[in-house]
Amino acid sequence: MASFIQLLVSGLATGAIYALIAVGFTLVWQTSQTINFAQGEFVMLPAFFVLAAMNSGAPFWLAAIIAIVLSALVLGILFKVVIVDPMLKYGVLPLVISTIALSLFLKESVKDFYSSQAQPFPTLVPAIDIHIFEAVVSTQSLAVLAVAIVTVGALKVLLDNTRLGRQMQATAQNATLARILGVPVRRMVLYTFLLNAVLVAVASILVSPIYLAKFTNGETLGIAAFIAAIIGGFNHVRGAILGGVILGVLDNLSAAYISSQYRGAFPLIILIVVILLRPQGLLGRVEERSV
Amino acid sequence: MTRLGGILVVLAAAAAVAAPFFLKPFGIFLLSTWAVLTIAVIGLNLTLGYAGQISLAQGAFVGIGAYTVALLTPAGVPFPLAFIAAGFLCFVIGWLLGYPALRVQHHYLAFVTLAFTTLVFLVLRNEEWLTNGIYGITGTARPNLLGWKTGGARDFYFLCLGTLALLSLATWWMLRSPWGRAFVALRENPVRALSLGLDTRRYTLMAFAIGSSLGGLAGALYAPLVQFIEPNSFSLGLSFNLLLMVIVGGSGNFFGPFVGTLIALLLPEWLRVTQGYYLIVYAAAVMVMMAFCPTGVLGLLERAVRALSRRKVTRAPALTGGAGP
Repeated sequence: MASFIQLLVSGLATGAIYALIAVGFTLVWQTSQTINFAQGEFVMLPAFFVLAAMNSGAPFWLAAIIAIVLSALVLGILFKVVIVDPMLKYGVLPLVISTIALSLFLKESVKDFYSSQAQPFPTLVPAIDIHIFEAVVSTQSLAVLAVAIVTVGALKVLLDNTRLGRQMQATAQNATLARILGVPVRRMVLYTFLLNAVLVAVASILVSPIYLAKFTNGETLGIAAFIAAIIGGFNHVRGAILGGVILGVLDNLSAAYISSQYRGAFPLIILIVVILLRPQGLLGRVEERSV
Repeated sequence: MTRLGGILVVLAAAAAVAAPFFLKPFGIFLLSTWAVLTIAVIGLNLTLGYAGQISLAQGAFVGIGAYTVALLTPAGVPFPLAFIAAGFLCFVIGWLLGYPALRVQHHYLAFVTLAFTTLVFLVLRNEEWLTNGIYGITGTARPNLLGWKTGGARDFYFLCLGTLALLSLATWWMLRSPWGRAFVALRENPVRALSLGLDTRRYTLMAFAIGSSLGGLAGALYAPLVQFIEPNSFSLGLSFNLLLMVIVGGSGNFFGPFVGTLIALLLPEWLRVTQGYYLIVYAAAVMVMMAFCPTGVLGLLERAVRALSRRKVTRAPALTGGAGP
């Protein structure tokens, strides 16, 4: 029972990180039909912004802010203007190929210009084990959970309770209608890219103390984000959150109780089952689209 | 255009036959890899270019084919039989995977096939009793066919080239047959194909299964070519690369795979002079290319040829009566 609680808490923490990545992924997909195959590398990169800033003498909190701003510029604006915008008119497929190439580009750049070794990354809070009943829970997991919940909460408030957020949702759901109603659609699309960049930066700062900062980190994280998004429902922010949490918890529990060799397989099997039985995702609605 | 195309194909075939006599062993190896991967890319082109489905499983099928041959031939099965078995196995697996997966299409299929590729990788890595895990399988023998020993680099290259020629002719013939025309209809306008009474789902499935089996056949040649196979060779990276080759050449274009594979294989080799940075340059080149000619190199050529012939027509309309060649 004690180990179950431990696994559950660490699973929730991983799941919360997956959720952040998946939410950004879904937002970008909804507003611009961009399937970002480089999303994992987007999470890998900001950690190196932090490390670079700290190497030049900035304290951790300042480095984190610099990283978030930098990733908003590079992974938000630059990504949209240089890669997505020129390709949107060609449809989904060339853009998919382009983001695959981008993921290779980012990975190799970090490897060649920073380091191919895993870099230690500062933790948010000192790592202390807390004993709750018999379970040992680390402060790190709790801190990750807290930051992720606050971030998702802020996002929820932004999307549901502000004019800006509702305009973004309108853009996501029906861009043509939104434009007719006077929503500045182009600017809203840009905002979702910025939001995605901020979310991946936060996820990066949360995940890097656990996995260390390494140029290959994006591979697993990217796939986790896809799977979370699909499990929850591609067209739903709530779905992506739920998908991320389910994935994180199941991943940890199945590795401990069923088979650690096939750890990587469980999310994929869940993915296949969900796609076959409920392709719109757990919370999603059926997308009506012409062939 | 057709006469020009015919001449180009004959020239290219002659070059492919003559090339190994002028190349060093590594060059011949690279060309053999080109021939083998082109088979897999032709298969993926059926799935992507004709049936319009993004598959990230082609690398896994190459892996299944390679392991089939690497496991069967030491057990005494003759190579031609193992080769056919690899293709057949991939056809069946492709059918079984495609049957439920094609209920969902497009980007969902991309993710299902992505999951499939990762699953195949995990099985190849973890089931050590069968696949020898991460240590891989070495020394798959190159076959003797009716007294022809293909152990040498050049001989084996001709085996690969011959197989490629046979399989591409078969694909060409298939696409010309009434039955294969359905694939073209699928590419041009799926809604119209459906309303004309084509069972589009069955044809999509067929394209996917045939494409997969071509992947398996490519793998069957890949194992004796490199003589060392391990799970990592068939991870997601290979599937991405094969997809890239289809797009670079021009998806839905019959000759696209030949050109795309050549470019995607040679470009990184040439870029090796930039030392550690060649993958960065390569990735950047792909992004630039996608932004400027998403229809691939052949699409670009076609556009150029069309522009040229249009100019010729406007220059001498009276003589030809306006009908260009």
